[in-house]
Amino acid sequence: MKILVLISNVPDTTTKIRFTGDNTSFDDAGVQWIINPWDELALTRAMELKEAGGVDTITVANVGEKSTEPTLRKALAVGADDAIRIDAPAKDAFFVAAQLAEVAKGYDLILAGIEASDYNGNAVGGMLAEILDFNSVSAVSGINIEGDSFKVNREIDGGSQVLTISGPLVAIVQKGIAKEPRIPAMRGIMMARKKPLVVAPPVDAHEKTQFVNFELPPPKAACKMVDEENAKEIITLLHEEAKVL
Amino acid sequence: MSILVYTENWDGKFKKLSFELVSYAAAIAKEMGSTVTALSVGNVADDELNKLGNYGAAKILTVNDDRFSTLDNRALAKAVVAAAQNETAKIVIFANNNLGKAIAPRVSVVLQAGLVGGVMALPVTFDPFVVKKKVFTGKAFANVKFDTDVKVITLAQNSYDLVETENNATIEAFNPDIADSVFATSVSETNKVTGQVLLSDAEIVISGGRGMKSGDNWGGLEELADLLNAGMACSRPVSDEGWRPHSEHVGQTGKIIAPNIYFAFGISGAIQHLGGVSSSKIIVAINKDAEAPIFETADYGIIGDVNKVIPQLIEGVKEM
Repeated sequence: MKILVLISNVPDTTTKIRFTGDNTSFDDAGVQWIINPWDELALTRAMELKEAGGVDTITVANVGEKSTEPTLRKALAVGADDAIRIDAPAKDAFFVAAQLAEVAKGYDLILAGIEASDYNGNAVGGMLAEILDFNSVSAVSGINIEGDSFKVNREIDGGSQVLTISGPLVAIVQKGIAKEPRIPAMRGIMMARKKPLVVAPPVDAHEKTQFVNFELPPPKAACKMVDEENAKEIITLLHEEAKVL
Repeated sequence: MSILVYTENWDGKFKKLSFELVSYAAAIAKEMGSTVTALSVGNVADDELNKLGNYGAAKILTVNDDRFSTLDNRALAKAVVAAAQNETAKIVIFANNNLGKAIAPRVSVVLQAGLVGGVMALPVTFDPFVVKKKVFTGKAFANVKFDTDVKVITLAQNSYDLVETENNATIEAFNPDIADSVFATSVSETNKVTGQVLLSDAEIVISGGRGMKSGDNWGGLEELADLLNAGMACSRPVSDEGWRPHSEHVGQTGKIIAPNIYFAFGISGAIQHLGGVSSSKIIVAINKDAEAPIFETADYGIIGDVNKVIPQLIEGVKEM
């Protein structure tokens, strides 16, 4: 079995968000880049499945310019066997999915994070599944291999389910898929330098949406403090002042 | 030409969420001189279907086919595409919940439509068609322009109020022709959350963090939640420690919620946590550390011991 894990290169989640060019683009000055947290969990689960046997290779892929390679190298250091970088800026979700579709054929299981922590699109995994005409399951919080099929736990609105589904499968994963993301060990970092990282040319695809501009939330009014001894006062304030109770 | 809304039901009943989506679609339809078609999949009685008309659906397509009960993503997407084509829909609207996020991307590909997820209000402009959404997990907003004739939107929870209107809805059976082989999902177990308010539906949310000290300390918060008909939530360390289930984790990598009131007990307010709750209308923070960043985001705060504050709040609610 071959697994492909989709990797998005995103700003560290503690980054202070700023924009440039009259708020038309993200200001990446001084930003630390990381593997999207959900993709990191997906990769961790892929490693666990491989260690349990039955998985031959784990490939990681992203769409991005050369500056995103350290993030792919990190994924290799965590334990992926090889990496593919499609050499184009990640425009919108459709553009990214169309690029990934070119390299995603031939895998039995594709793991995608449910969203990326930068533009929160929730879209690439599902789009890729449709382009490839693969099965997909979203909000996946657990996955195991059962022969040619997969046993999957997913969250539904108002509960959870256990299901079986045949591959090739795009599993769109969320929290719970793996407990703690793996951190690369020194040996992994050394080995990652020698692992193959293929750069693939982009295919012709047009984005369907564009960012016009960005806004930061307006500053918040100061927090109104109540004494610990008069905690009940909060209930009165919520009722009479904020009128939300 | 119409606007198609995917309306979910739970055991044959619609929730407020479905009516919100229809109200939202009706407002857009009015602006564009269009009409709203609601698509309902599952066994829903006509009386219940007709309620969609109260919020502006002109036509209700009902797909009563048990094969869809497994929520097979590929098959459901094909059903929505068939309905969109049948109605020559220019806009297809889903909720930004588990099912909407699963289906909308697939639908957008087939309809060659742009997709914007987590839209938070009516379009900023209609020509060009620009919508506003949160980015960087609530730390900023983006205005996004569609370059496509057909558009797919998922609407963020709690983004639009219900608007009742005169009901002129017609109900039609709709039977998309989808081969059995498409349905690949076989469900062996379903666990529904019962007897408690769903976090995604809750108008009030009671949440605890590391400051709750242990997993045995939640009785007071549960009692408060019960009294306020609130949902329970927690911060990441709490679910990682196993004090509360993962399904209650709110924050960047957990659930993103937007209740009317969010009570944060013993939560310091790491930026990743705030990303999941910053859309709450009112945030109330209780923390013994006066420097906790949560107070920069909160509307009301108490610097103090959660164990002293919780009983007083319970008393206060009981006196209301």
